[in-house]
Amino acid sequence: MLAFALRRLASTIPVLLIAVTACFFILRLAPGGPFDQERALPPEVMANLRAYYHLDDPLILQYLRYLGRLAQFDLGPSFVTKDFTVARQLAIGLPYTLILGGTAFLVAVLGGIAAGICGALYQNRAADYVIAAVVMAGLVVPNFLVAPILQLVFGIKLDWLPVGGWGDGSLRFLALPVIVLALPHVARISRLMRGSMIETLNANFVKTARAKGIGRRRIILRHALRPALTPVVSYLGPAAGYLLTGSIVVEQIFGLPGIGRYFIGAALNRDYGMVLGTVIFYMVLIVVLNLLVDLAYAWLDPKVRTR
Amino acid sequence: MVFAFRSFAAALALSTVVGIGAAGAVQLNLHNGGDVASLDPQRLSGDWENRVSGDIFEGLMTEDAKAEPVPGQAESYTLSDDKLVYTFKLREDAKWSDGEPVTADDFVFAFKRLLDPANAAEYAYLQYAIKNAEKINKGEITDLDQLGVKAIDDKTLEITLEQPTPYFLGSLTHYTAYPLPRHVVEEKGGDWVQIDNIVTNGPYRPIEWIPGSHVLTERNPEWYDTESLAIDGVKFFTLEDNAAALRRYRAGEFDIITAFPTDQYAWLEENMPGQAHVAPFAGLYYYVLNSTKPPFDDAKVRQALSMGVYREVIGPDVLGTGELPAYGWVPPGMANYDGPDIKVDWSELPYQEKIEQAKALLAEAGYGPDKPLNVTLRYNTDDNHKRVAVAIAAMWKPLGVNVELLNTEVKVHYADLRQGDFEVARAGWLADYNDPDNFLNLLKSGVEMNYGGWSNPEYDRLLNEAAASVDMEARADLLKQAEKLAMDETAAIPIYFYASRSVVSPKISGYEDNAFDIHRTRWLTKAE
Repeated sequence: MLAFALRRLASTIPVLLIAVTACFFILRLAPGGPFDQERALPPEVMANLRAYYHLDDPLILQYLRYLGRLAQFDLGPSFVTKDFTVARQLAIGLPYTLILGGTAFLVAVLGGIAAGICGALYQNRAADYVIAAVVMAGLVVPNFLVAPILQLVFGIKLDWLPVGGWGDGSLRFLALPVIVLALPHVARISRLMRGSMIETLNANFVKTARAKGIGRRRIILRHALRPALTPVVSYLGPAAGYLLTGSIVVEQIFGLPGIGRYFIGAALNRDYGMVLGTVIFYMVLIVVLNLLVDLAYAWLDPKVRTR
Repeated sequence: MVFAFRSFAAALALSTVVGIGAAGAVQLNLHNGGDVASLDPQRLSGDWENRVSGDIFEGLMTEDAKAEPVPGQAESYTLSDDKLVYTFKLREDAKWSDGEPVTADDFVFAFKRLLDPANAAEYAYLQYAIKNAEKINKGEITDLDQLGVKAIDDKTLEITLEQPTPYFLGSLTHYTAYPLPRHVVEEKGGDWVQIDNIVTNGPYRPIEWIPGSHVLTERNPEWYDTESLAIDGVKFFTLEDNAAALRRYRAGEFDIITAFPTDQYAWLEENMPGQAHVAPFAGLYYYVLNSTKPPFDDAKVRQALSMGVYREVIGPDVLGTGELPAYGWVPPGMANYDGPDIKVDWSELPYQEKIEQAKALLAEAGYGPDKPLNVTLRYNTDDNHKRVAVAIAAMWKPLGVNVELLNTEVKVHYADLRQGDFEVARAGWLADYNDPDNFLNLLKSGVEMNYGGWSNPEYDRLLNEAAASVDMEARADLLKQAEKLAMDETAAIPIYFYASRSVVSPKISGYEDNAFDIHRTRWLTKAE
C-alpha cells in the first residue's frame, strides 16, 4: 500500500511541472501586468519596478529562474502583499483554509450521510420529502445568496451569531460560513447516500440478514452502511477539493483570511508568483486528497484491494 | 507546515492576550476595503493603506481632523524668501516606538531610500518637488547626496525645492514623506517591516497583521501626545465586499465603514438617518477620448459627445448618492485656486438645447442619420462604472451615436489605456495633494496619465509658466486659463466630482467630513 502511495505521489511531479509551465506562460499572455493600475505610474517608476522584480528579463530566463527557485522550495516574492513571500503568505492562510474547509467537510459528510440514511429509511414518506426539499434548496440556491440571507437572519435580526470575521476562531464565528460552504455538499452527499442505501437495503445479503431475524439498527449499521458508503467515498475527494478551494466566495463575504481569497486576489492583480504558488499548493492538495480517497476506497471495497 | 501552525497558534494566542489585556480598552473597528500591501510607507499606493500608515507613522507635517496640514514631527519651520528652502525644527520629544529619538537623519535616510531607483518606490514621483529628486529617481543623478534634503543637526532638517511649490507642506503629510527608523532598517534589512521588528513614530503601532483579515494596532506609548488618544487601538478589517461590510456594520461589528453600495443610500437615510456620510471628495470621474485617432481627433465630435452627457441625473439618479456634475476639470474648493470655478460655456444650457447643438456639431463633423457614429466605450469592472456607461450610452443614442460597451477587469483596462488601445474609456483621478495642478497635469502632453493623447502647446506653456511662478495669484490665473482652454477643446469629458461614502456609528465623535476623506484615529472618540 505504501509503495502504491509513493508511486502515485512521484507520478505527480511531471504533471506538476507541466501545469506550472502552462500556468507560467498563460499568465504572461494575459493582458495587463502587476503594476497597471488606475493611477498610471511614470515610465521610470514602472521601469524601476520591472527591474526590481526581474520582469524585464526575457521570459524564458524568468521561467528558468522560477524553476530554479522552485527546486529549492522557494515560491518567490508576492508583488502585491509586499511584506510577505508567497510561501509565508500560504503558510499564514493555510490553517484558516484547513479549519474552515475541514469543518465544512465534516458537516457535509456527517450531515449528508445522516440525511441520506433518513431519506432511504423513510423513502417516499413525509420526512423523505422534507429532507429532499431542504437538500435541493441547498443545492440550487447559490452561496452568494444564502450567505447574506443567513447573515441578515441570524446576525442582524436575531443577533445570535457574528455576521463575519474570524474572531477567536470559535464555532460561533465559524457557524455561518461553515453552513454556507457545506450546504451544497450536504445535498450532494445525501442524494448519493440515499440512492446507494436504498439499493443496499434491497440487496440479497440484507434480505438474508433480515430473514435471520437480525434487528433493523444492527442491519443498517453493521451490514448496509459500509457497502452503501462506497459511492459516497468516491465523492469525498472532489468534495474536499471543492471545500478547500471553493471557499473564495465565503471567505470574501464573511471577510475571512484563507488561500482561496489569495488566489483570486492574485489572479486579478497579476501577482504571478502568488498565482503559481496557490496553483502548486492546490495541485498537491488535490493529489493527496485523491490518494487518501483511493486508499479509503480500497479499505471499504475488497474488490478494489484485490485488483 | 510546523511553522504555519505555530504562527497560527501564536496569532490566536496573541489575539486572546490582546482581547484580555485590552479589557476596558477602546478599540475602533474600521472597515478598510482592500488588503494592505505593506507596512513600509514607501511601498504603498492606495487610500486604504494610507489609513493604516498615517496612524502608525507621522511625517514632518500631519493632517488635522479636517485633513488640513498641521505640524507633526516638526515643531516649526521657516521658509526662505525665494520660497525654495524649508528649514524644519523637529520636536525634542519625537521618538520611535522603541524609545529611540527621531532624528533629522531618519528623514534624510527615508527620502534617499524613496528616490533611489533601486528601491522602486511606486509613489516616489510625489516628492519630485524636492531638488534633484526626479533626476535621482530617473537615474540621471546617481549620487544620492545631491538630493535637496540635509540634516543640519539631530533636530534640524533642511529641504531645498526645485521651484516654489505651494502645496509642498501638504505633500509632507503623505506617506512618501514619512521618516524611517534608520537604526532598525539597517539592522534588519527587508525584514524591518515584519510585525516583530517594525518600529514606528505615529500615535499607534502595529501589533498583528493577518493578510486577508486585518491589521491590528495599539497606542504607541512613546508618541509625544499619547495621553490625548481617546482610542487605544484600531482593527483595520480587510473586506472588499461593500454590501457585506454594511451588514457587519448593522450587526455592530464595525464602527465605521469606508464605502457602501450606492443603491443603499436611500435605505440608510431612512433607517439610520445621519449615519451615512456622503461628502464632496477631491476626485474627478471622467471619460477619456482617444484624440490621436479619427474621429476623436476632431474637437467637434468630442464636444458633441460631452454635450450629450446629462450630468445632472448621474449623481442623484444613476448613482443615487448625489455626486456633483462636472463641467470643469478641477474639483471645487482646491487650495491655491481662488475665484470662480471654471466651466464650459454651454454648461447652463437646458439639456434639450445641448442635444440640438451636439447634433449640429456631429453633422458638421460629417455624422448624421445616414452615417451614424459608432463608438466603443470601455470601462473597468464595477457596478457603478457599468451604470454610468449604460446611462451615457442611452444619452448618446438621440445624437445618432451607436455605443458598444466593453467591460474588462482593471488591469486590462489600464494596460490598454496606457497603450492607447481604446476609443472612449472611463478613468478617474483622486487628488494626491491639495492643488489644481495635480488634476491639470493629467492633460499635459507626454504625461503617462494623459491616456487620450490630447496635446496643446499653449496648454503646456501655461502649465509650465504657472509652475515657475512665485506669485500665487498669477499662478492661479495661468492655471485657470489652462483649464478653460482644455475644457473648450474638450480634451476629455469630465462627468462628475467624486463623493466619499462612509457610514459612521453615532458612538463615534470627532469625525469631520473633508475633501480628502482622511480621518486620523487620533482625532476620534468612541463612546461605549
